Amino acid sequence: METKPVGRRLVLAMMGTGVAGVLLGSRAADLMERVLSPITAKDGTGFLSLFPVGRFRIYTVTGKLHSRTDADYRLTVGGHVDAPVTLTLDDLKAMPATRMTKDFQCVTGWRVSDVPWVGVRLADLLDKAGVKEGAQGVRFLSFDGAYTETLTVDQARRDDVIVAYEMEGKPVSSAHGGPARLYVGPMYGYKSCKWLETIEVTPSVPRLGYWEVRGYDTDGWVGKSNGREDRPV
Amino acid sequence: MDATVRTAGVEVPAQARLPRFDHAERALHWANAILFGILMATAAILYIGPLTALVGRRELVRWTHVIAGLALPVPLVAARVGPWRRQVVADVRALARFDDDDRRWLRSFGRSRDVRMGKFHPGQKLNAAFTLGAIVVMLGTGSIMHWFRFFPVEWRTGATFVHDWLAIVLAVVVAGHLRMAYSDQDAFRGMTEGWVPTIWARRHRPKWYEELTGRPARPPAAATATPRRPWESPAPAAPPGREE
Repeated sequence: METKPVGRRLVLAMMGTGVAGVLLGSRAADLMERVLSPITAKDGTGFLSLFPVGRFRIYTVTGKLHSRTDADYRLTVGGHVDAPVTLTLDDLKAMPATRMTKDFQCVTGWRVSDVPWVGVRLADLLDKAGVKEGAQGVRFLSFDGAYTETLTVDQARRDDVIVAYEMEGKPVSSAHGGPARLYVGPMYGYKSCKWLETIEVTPSVPRLGYWEVRGYDTDGWVGKSNGREDRPV
Repeated sequence: MDATVRTAGVEVPAQARLPRFDHAERALHWANAILFGILMATAAILYIGPLTALVGRRELVRWTHVIAGLALPVPLVAARVGPWRRQVVADVRALARFDDDDRRWLRSFGRSRDVRMGKFHPGQKLNAAFTLGAIVVMLGTGSIMHWFRFFPVEWRTGATFVHDWLAIVLAVVVAGHLRMAYSDQDAFRGMTEGWVPTIWARRHRPKWYEELTGRPARPPAAATATPRRPWESPAPAAPPGREE
């Protein structure tokens, strides 16, 4: 009886689709995110969040997820400052709050639209400690013991750079870097240091952060760095 | 070995069985199944937020996923090239090719009832081809994600896109595969113990039955009376030599 190699054709078709998907997938993902995120935002069941559209992915560079209770949490602002300060979570919440709703764009390609953030402007924290004349940079350390990030003082003073303790209407969860994390609005996610523990002002331009050592751009502007052309947030 | 083994509540004596999958094929299938299990479990931990937070240890989970993924070709290649490959090669060929009956079944989207199956149902053939294609694509896109520094940034996003969506499709297909296996215990026995009841082969795989035994199965007209879904079929007639 005559037979046809349907199986081989299916395998080849899948491989072809896979290659096309790799080449065009970033555009397709962007389109789907734009079309579908208003729908997923209204889904109360959380079922749609199982699909890879407009959802956070949890990254940590160390072996396990780090947690610190709200009561144990401390944030230190030190380095090249007049008077180092150490703040509790309550201290942070007692400071003037900044609210903004902005996208979160990861350098690996995913994007979450319209994330509501609540936190304290980094500029206010720097003023509290008093940045010394001539300081060039700010370095951030995570209590995971490994992650570091940096900004210039000018970048750190932007209005859309905050230490966030609330996102999506809830306290920042451990997975998302809580009790408090950095949110650098105009830059890729790797700049927004999770599990923020120390803010260190440096007299010179700071050393590179964790991912910058591994090849990412130091000035991680969304759409204008890392060879990417994403929409600005 | 025991002369009889209990299958789906009916004892089938050795003379009422047909060999279906040999040791190499079963070893291949179950090695692949274990790797898929590890991959799907670790994928769920890496991907589903609450599970991620529950398990933690992302680096360990990620490496387990990567190593299990890179191991996927090992059983496939070993079964295909080892000295035990004879029946593997024959069955791969049988799975890859669709005859007139298979294509009639395909064109009717599974509704055609006057088709006579060979060793493999066309649905099984599609599943096998899909799984192989998925392994290739998942390996390729997973490699781009893992060794992303060597590829353009756009490719990393595209590979993530393909890997994520194909994982979801794969989960659905694997769930369907498990459901079919569960609902046809006689066929399932072919993969656990290597044999199927002769009556099952005669009813559900008549062309294979004829090849294997040289005896005619039922004519196609009679086959049309068989319900399309085997789990709705009446209990098979008592095979000869059944112990009461």
